[in-house]
Amino acid sequence: MANQAAIELKNITKTFGSVVANKNVNLTANRGEILSILGENGSGKTTLMNMISGIYFPDEGEIFIDGQPAVIASPKDAFDYKIGMIHQHFKLVDVFSAAENIILGLKEKEGYNLKAAEARISAICEQYGFELDPKKKIYTMAVSEKQTVEIIKVLYRGADILILDEPTAVLTPQETQKLFAVLRKMRDDGKSIIIITHKLHEVLSLSDRVAVLRKGEYVGTVETAKTNESELTEMMVGKKISLNIERSEPKDPQVRLEVHHVDCTNREGSLVLDDVSFHVNAGEILGVAGIAGSGQRELLEVIAGLQKTDSGAVLYHNPKTGNVDLLQGKTPLQIRELGVRLSFVPEDRLGMGLVGNMDITDNMMLRSYRKGHSAFLERRAPKDLAEHIIDELEVVTPGITTPVRRLSGGNVQKVLVGREIAAAPTVLMAAYPVRGLDINSSYTIYNLLNQQKEKGVAVIFVGEDLDVLLELCDRILVIGGGKVTGIVDGRTATKEQVGLLMTKTEGGAEQ
Amino acid sequence: MSQNTKKHHEPLIHIVKRDDMVWWQAWGIRLAAIVLGVLLIGIVSAVLTGESFFEVYGIMFRGVFGRIFEGKTSMLWKFGQDTVILLCLGLAVAPAFKMKFWNCGAEGQALIGGLAAMFCMIQFGGKLPEWMLVPLVIVSSIIAGAIWGLIPAIFKARWNTNETLFTLMMNYVATQIIAYYVYIVGGGSNVINPVETGALPVIGKSQYLLNILIVAALTVAMHVYLKYSKQGYEITVVGESQNTARYIGINVKKVVLRTMMLSGAVCGIAGMLLVAGTDHSINKDTVGGQGFTAIMVAWLGQFNPFVMVLMSALIIFLRTGAAKVADSNMLNSSFADISVGLVILMLVGCEFFIQYSVRLRRAKKGVEA
Repeated sequence: MANQAAIELKNITKTFGSVVANKNVNLTANRGEILSILGENGSGKTTLMNMISGIYFPDEGEIFIDGQPAVIASPKDAFDYKIGMIHQHFKLVDVFSAAENIILGLKEKEGYNLKAAEARISAICEQYGFELDPKKKIYTMAVSEKQTVEIIKVLYRGADILILDEPTAVLTPQETQKLFAVLRKMRDDGKSIIIITHKLHEVLSLSDRVAVLRKGEYVGTVETAKTNESELTEMMVGKKISLNIERSEPKDPQVRLEVHHVDCTNREGSLVLDDVSFHVNAGEILGVAGIAGSGQRELLEVIAGLQKTDSGAVLYHNPKTGNVDLLQGKTPLQIRELGVRLSFVPEDRLGMGLVGNMDITDNMMLRSYRKGHSAFLERRAPKDLAEHIIDELEVVTPGITTPVRRLSGGNVQKVLVGREIAAAPTVLMAAYPVRGLDINSSYTIYNLLNQQKEKGVAVIFVGEDLDVLLELCDRILVIGGGKVTGIVDGRTATKEQVGLLMTKTEGGAEQ
Repeated sequence: MSQNTKKHHEPLIHIVKRDDMVWWQAWGIRLAAIVLGVLLIGIVSAVLTGESFFEVYGIMFRGVFGRIFEGKTSMLWKFGQDTVILLCLGLAVAPAFKMKFWNCGAEGQALIGGLAAMFCMIQFGGKLPEWMLVPLVIVSSIIAGAIWGLIPAIFKARWNTNETLFTLMMNYVATQIIAYYVYIVGGGSNVINPVETGALPVIGKSQYLLNILIVAALTVAMHVYLKYSKQGYEITVVGESQNTARYIGINVKKVVLRTMMLSGAVCGIAGMLLVAGTDHSINKDTVGGQGFTAIMVAWLGQFNPFVMVLMSALIIFLRTGAAKVADSNMLNSSFADISVGLVILMLVGCEFFIQYSVRLRRAKKGVEA
């Protein structure tokens, strides 16, 4: 059975408008093996799998199943080819039982026979070592049980090729081990398993081969036994480039912003910031490191006045007046009226920082349109600013009237950062400002942040790449599970040290 | 294993999202859709009535414009009046829809505006001099419409109620209030005899001229408001992304309340034009469902007041003309609605071709390794 190609993709390309999600991807999954698809966020893993499972149809390229050309135009076609996909977000009917969900939509000859179905489900469970009560209702189930239902659903339909989209994202380590055991059993049974993930250690412990995607393109496939973490990382993110960002010593560091014991609860009622305290100096870059979703966004939004705090204080030292102003509990407009020149480059560029359907000029106006007493807009100054930014930051755009959503990611970010810097801020916050940007655009952004630092701006930089944080920032604040787990010196700290602090969830702040 | 798997063929067509079109291409497609819709009306009518294909359009044209070439302009004026009332309601809902606040209550807001006008005309007629009464009629109808529009907005801002249902239900409340008022004033006859006190003055040759001029001014004003005013800019930002609005410090609730007040107020004006401008009376069918047609006008015009002028005129032309075709051939009166529906179906359907392109099955290419 082994080494017999179950599914083969040739030159698959898929575009969404001007976005190329997959470009000339070639991929083979064999019978009786576990293939990992590895890639960063947005590298096109899910799009590719959606084409195999019939949700999207490729623009170009061909799919072969068992060596025969196949056309998969709908999920039903995929089932006919015995392909089953377990999505990241479960697609189950809450008020139905497990068995009812599993046979939903099936047209069986014997008709609707729940008893027979339940018996078959139990048999499948036994064969692979699942634990599931077919009569249990979905809404009473834990996440891992729901996942089991999804897996059995595709097995029940006789799937030979199983695709799992980030299956471990919702599981505890113990549940992950259980799932892996089941997957290995299925592999030994001759099934072909494709698992999408970006967790390296899972790839290494589970899969037989690894296929790597980068920015929608296929990089290559390697055998897991013959590779290691660093090789995979390199394939995933490209050649490791030495950054050599110039880092000057902070001049005349004065405290600009203080955060004291801030607690914050989000809309779902969970504590996202837990007793957070730190300060930022003028003329320095404070990096914020942490695993995604550790409270970075809320932290910046608290300072910007977009998120209410439960307790604690945010203090701003105004360099003009010498006053200390309280920021928390104020709206963004009230903060601005205090004379606080706070600029914020949010993580969600087109959903928060900019309006995708408006052109560059109108997006420039977002910050400044209130100026003056006239009831009408003044478009001359924003237009000049737009032209200046296009010129200065080399924004590639068909014209000044092009809606910004039609620009590429890097150019969108240049427009946003350019506008925020043009407001002559005293505090500049940037959340993941280089995410999805190519190297050149990233460097433009780093240089802009450095220039601001030299002008005496207090810069807060939330990043995900530790190498960059360590080369760019003067100090690094590490956040874990909503708590400050450490503040380290950017010049002396090591990657391991920061990495350890990121995963540390207990213990208070240390200076 | 491959023996029992079913073979599938590549579908003949598949759909690809296209890059943004140049504006003139998009409008070209829309124009083609209108032409196609009008042709369809001609074909359907010709088949149903036995008239010749071209005669159908002749009946439509004469039905709308009358014997205009012989210097009789009364039908033309009526066409203008119908167009501007529909346009006025479209102008009213445009800012709300642009803000993504689904105001389906233009009908009720206009009725309540009209009711306020009627109330003032009856209550203060003869008691106040005309130079005071007319402005009072105008102002009270604007305020009444604004309040009727504001109520669902308050509930939306406070308790996040669904504005579509709320505004829709408010229409029925308004209709019943009018029915009750007519019952009281009309003394059970269900008719209010025309009241001349407090009516808008007639200028020029036609009683419709003033209405047309007022709505023309409103059209320009609304265009300037949406495109060049700070408030119009805030409406755009809130409509596109509430997150962005909050991020730059726009008070979203305030903008919602303000815009719905404006929307209701302009509806109130439309009601006032109907009651004080032309009918001088009111009943629950005074607005006649145009508050709903106005939603289509706003959408089809892409919230651009000048395009909305054309869309209103098109809809009124088709409806009046098709009604005439139905009339002269003993067809059901719904024929007019069906005709308008055909063209709108084409117009809405063509948006698909503006957003997506349809590609035919690819020719088989040699597989390169």
